[in-house]
Amino acid sequence: MHELGIVFHIIDSLKEVGEENHLQQIAGVTLEIGEVSGVLEDYLQSCWRWASDRTELLKGAALTVEQIPAVTFCEDCKKTYSTTEFGKTCPYCKSENTYLVTGNEFNIKEITAC
Amino acid sequence: MDKFKVLEIKKSVFSSNEKRADELRNELKDKKLFLLNLMSSPGSGKTTTLTRTIEALKEEIRIGVMEADIDSDVDAKTISDLGVKTIQLHTGGMCHLDAGMTAQGLEGLEADELDLAILENVGNLVCPAEFDTGAVKNAMILSVPEGHDKPLKYPLMFSVCDVVLINKIDVIPYFDFDMEQCKKNILMRNPKAKIIPVSAKTREGMQQWIDWLLDEVKHWKE
Repeated sequence: MHELGIVFHIIDSLKEVGEENHLQQIAGVTLEIGEVSGVLEDYLQSCWRWASDRTELLKGAALTVEQIPAVTFCEDCKKTYSTTEFGKTCPYCKSENTYLVTGNEFNIKEITAC
Repeated sequence: MDKFKVLEIKKSVFSSNEKRADELRNELKDKKLFLLNLMSSPGSGKTTTLTRTIEALKEEIRIGVMEADIDSDVDAKTISDLGVKTIQLHTGGMCHLDAGMTAQGLEGLEADELDLAILENVGNLVCPAEFDTGAVKNAMILSVPEGHDKPLKYPLMFSVCDVVLINKIDVIPYFDFDMEQCKKNILMRNPKAKIIPVSAKTREGMQQWIDWLLDEVKHWKE
């Protein structure tokens, strides 16, 4: 269960944020997740509900996921293209000298809290 | 509800683990203990590789092994018969180990008396790559039957590894395995990766791996 492990890490991070900012309650959490970060939102939501409800700080907190598209840059022709469509090989010049620009993010963007 | 406010956080989900992993590495430096995180898919030849490695080094340095595979393919008895301390870590069905679990494992291993602790991570090429265990170096074993295209399919795993052992080179004639293409695929993801083709079974190439490991352990103690 990859997603459950990740949810535990999100909760640990939020507990730190909670302590640093003297928060009583977090009502909402927004994540930014890259398209090729390998996480399934459905699973993430179920794991989130199960695990967050077992904490005082996050009981009932809603999880919102914003997806970031995966974009790859070609170092040879200097163009960008959709990673999920073309993978590692540049569709313009067929080069494999490419790297991922965005798409593997896994960030806590913001929270709603008091 | 109006007492609620929006706080911008902008931090990686993995940041608390990364912090713990850095702390653990500092502790390891103080204790002069080298931790190797060994990753691979199941069936890549971890047992034989570990056995050969331990046999070659156990007279020279003090070694301990933590096995974390959910359904370990390393026979704990085989390893402990070699005369090194071995413990089984329980991941509770989790697909990876994080820095906190690794730190607990090191306590269980009573690793302060050791020079080298080897963490046999869960047999999986995806999740273990995402969680820094606090190890000094990451190694992975890719075996010939898995195919030379694996670095393309699991890019993150290959990009976090310091050393890649390409194991089972004795069976290359029976597979459509292109060694040069495999090396190219690995270096494309990770130009710094050290690639060592080996056969743990016939021992071909193993000395280069053992020398690398021993050098790293000694260097860490300086």
